[in-house]
Amino acid sequence: MAEAVVLHPSLRLVGRPLPRHDARDKVAAATAYAADWGMPGMLQATVLRSPYASARIVKLDTGRAAAMPGVAAVLTAKDVPRNTLATDVPGQTTAVGPLRATLHVLATERVRHQGEPVALVAAETLEQARAAAEAIEVQYEPLPGVFDPEAALAPGAPRVHEAGNLLAHWRIARGDSAAAFARAAVIVEGEYTTQFVDAAYLEPESGVAWIDSDGVITIRVSTQVIEHFRDVAEVLQIPQNRVRVIGPYLGGGFGGKEDVTVEVYLGLLALRTGRPVKMVWTRQESLLARAKRHPYRMRYRTGASASGEIVAEQIDLLADAGAYAYLSALVLLYSTVTAAGPYRVPAVEVEARCAYTNNPPTSAMRGFGAMQTVFAYESQMDRIGRALGLDPVEIRRMNALRRGDSLPVGQVLETHVAMPELAERVWAALGPVRPARAAHVKVGRGLACNLQPYGRIVWLHDWSSAWVGFEMDGSLVVRCGVPDVGGGQASSLCQIAAEVLGVGLEQVSVHIGDSALTPLAGTTTASRQLYMSGNAVLKAARELRAQLLAVAAPMLGVKDSALDLLEGAVVADGGRSLPVPDVLRRCAREGVPRSHLAVYHAPAGEPVDLATGSGKVFPDYTFGAHAAEVEIDMETGAVRLVKYVAAHDVGRAINPQSVEGQIQGGAVQGLGGGLLEEVILEEGINLTTSFASYLIPTAADVPDVEALVVESGEGLGPFNARGIGEPPIGPPAAAVANAIADATGVRLTRLPLTPERLARALGLLGKAG
Amino acid sequence: MIRRLVVNGRARELDVLPHQTLLEVLRDTLGIFEVKEGCGEGVCGACTVLLEGRPVSSCLVLALAVRGRAILTVRGLEGEGGLHPLQEAFVKSGAVQCGFCTPGMLLTALAFLEHHPRPTREAIRAALEGNLCRCTGYTKIVDAVLAYARGDEGHG
Repeated sequence: MAEAVVLHPSLRLVGRPLPRHDARDKVAAATAYAADWGMPGMLQATVLRSPYASARIVKLDTGRAAAMPGVAAVLTAKDVPRNTLATDVPGQTTAVGPLRATLHVLATERVRHQGEPVALVAAETLEQARAAAEAIEVQYEPLPGVFDPEAALAPGAPRVHEAGNLLAHWRIARGDSAAAFARAAVIVEGEYTTQFVDAAYLEPESGVAWIDSDGVITIRVSTQVIEHFRDVAEVLQIPQNRVRVIGPYLGGGFGGKEDVTVEVYLGLLALRTGRPVKMVWTRQESLLARAKRHPYRMRYRTGASASGEIVAEQIDLLADAGAYAYLSALVLLYSTVTAAGPYRVPAVEVEARCAYTNNPPTSAMRGFGAMQTVFAYESQMDRIGRALGLDPVEIRRMNALRRGDSLPVGQVLETHVAMPELAERVWAALGPVRPARAAHVKVGRGLACNLQPYGRIVWLHDWSSAWVGFEMDGSLVVRCGVPDVGGGQASSLCQIAAEVLGVGLEQVSVHIGDSALTPLAGTTTASRQLYMSGNAVLKAARELRAQLLAVAAPMLGVKDSALDLLEGAVVADGGRSLPVPDVLRRCAREGVPRSHLAVYHAPAGEPVDLATGSGKVFPDYTFGAHAAEVEIDMETGAVRLVKYVAAHDVGRAINPQSVEGQIQGGAVQGLGGGLLEEVILEEGINLTTSFASYLIPTAADVPDVEALVVESGEGLGPFNARGIGEPPIGPPAAAVANAIADATGVRLTRLPLTPERLARALGLLGKAG
Repeated sequence: MIRRLVVNGRARELDVLPHQTLLEVLRDTLGIFEVKEGCGEGVCGACTVLLEGRPVSSCLVLALAVRGRAILTVRGLEGEGGLHPLQEAFVKSGAVQCGFCTPGMLLTALAFLEHHPRPTREAIRAALEGNLCRCTGYTKIVDAVLAYARGDEGHG
């Protein structure tokens, strides 16, 4: 068995901060992103979008547009063989909404949000395509809309969809919370709201499609999910093996490229015209039309004993799902499962709902519903600590989950929970408190902890596959369908394969992200690729190692257990060795494969009944703690971040430099959502469709992030690694809110924490209007 | 109108329309894809090139207005021996994740360092304010710029 192979006791590559192969390509600008691709005779395509948030299409005439110069195709809903895309939403506790949530590829008689796609145009030039799109005659009859989830669920609200506005509902009830609250010495109640946030990757949605020489529709697209080739086939009503998606290195994803973007449109246009077609969304289009992070309204009631133990919690979550379902029901599930945070709470009630509105759709974004809840549960924790005179570390230490404890949903934590020590470490890392620089400045510190699942929900039966093989000269090839969003997904796989097979990183070539030619690896989402594809590569590499050593053993006259692979050679005890190419030639003669294809299956389970708390929802969790020091200008409400420390237990850091990068980047993205970013909508109309109005953090907005990489040695990934892509985005908003409260005594409960909101709360702007 | 563009020391004669931006001409006419488009309105910095040594957003510059002035893209940084030391510093420091901001970031940093050879971290952050990065959180980018300015070898 491959598992019996003992690795070299001291790891050579895994655990080292090695520079990534893709970084070298990227500094040299050799990496061809989706929009950098071209084909001979390529058309340029654009999307016509609805200017209304809620309207009926009473007339749609493409005649004039289709006759314009250079126009190759104008498509509307009637030209789409199957005009729906579906998302499976299994395991609903309540029978609400469609179990297969659908959305239209192109609008039919109704538009439900501003920016909803209505028609596609392909033309010789982009100018011609845009001119033709403008020439499409569309008459809209505006309809009443609903723009707030609370209002959407009120009786008589305009219906976004026929089946009603309640899209999903999850519920957890554990323990006797009424009795527990009756015993509580202190009860803290709070209502917290979060905003629409955009993924705002630097690379806009883009791709090129062509019909390849074999007749296969081939789409090279910036995507986190090459498996969308199946969706394209379904929409085009052609067999799935007639569509190929190639996923080049992405210019960022953050969940925003998890759902389909341009690939279905490109497939439709390539099939219709028979020519290569390119589509690149503008930044304005991306900000207008792409799915956002869900805004939440979160009501928390938390009871604690006089000594500080949390005894009961009641939580009510309401999320704005926007106009179409996308992944909202699953995002809400993440919120439900993580709603009580990394704490032991014996009695918990969670009610979680999300509702359709005529706002932009909301879907996956880094953190995936486990992020918004951190702002609420960590604000609550701080307030309880203050009410009882316990410092931020102490209140968390008293209540932290431990191995063997269960989450409110009933899932028992089977791996190490690094909770108290992470909080202690980041708090200590802030160092001695410095005095304020001026009389009008106050200094404060805040702490926030979180848990984030890694890996997909267990009843999705997740798997990943990878192929590892030697070439005859001893160089190594890894094939794995992983899309690399920039987190080092591909390079970590190289590091793992090179470790097991005794070659240098420079001897590894990795082929990724091709649905026809690389073994499928599943989505680069849910902090799952290192965990899933890392395990697949590890398994393949170990099997290959065993194959090779079994052939080498008789050549060296020893047992294969006495052999190691080091620096391109099979090495025996006592120093005798054989170059790997010699062994490969023997393999070829003996018919022993020089490669191995492995499939890794994650621990699977059946859907659980959340309400009765019956079991496992996620494979495992990553825990974290962040600490912030802020300076508040008491005359203006301006918040300056002075110091920021973030710690996560990653089990084992395959590449500590990449891990630090995830922690630092995630923390700053979280600070953006905490302090700056907000998609502003007026009756569904987006007022922030530019980077001049949708503000993501610049280098001058944020301090250095000190990343503490903690390795418990426990996790489900390769070499006991845990997922780290999403976890660091959770705590920042709460850490800063807690620091502001520490400095000023004022508790802000609405994100983002803008100077205006703080100034108003400090009474600097007169009475609230 | 036929215009002369000098990109990375190489002169090119090409037909330029009055409304075309330098970014459009570089990417669509000349196939110089190392210049990235992130926003098209001069906010994100991904399309930064050096025009006579000064960083500009090529999406805001009309190609006709360039008038033969020297344009440097990131491909122009590489010397005989391979990558420019600042590029090496970005690799070693882990300053690159998705890499989409990297070409613009490198050029802005280099132009800044030309006049500020001994910068503080704060000064580097201020200089890079016009180049957005959504992946790294900037810490390792500042590390890389500082390491290069100090002439560090084998850092990271």
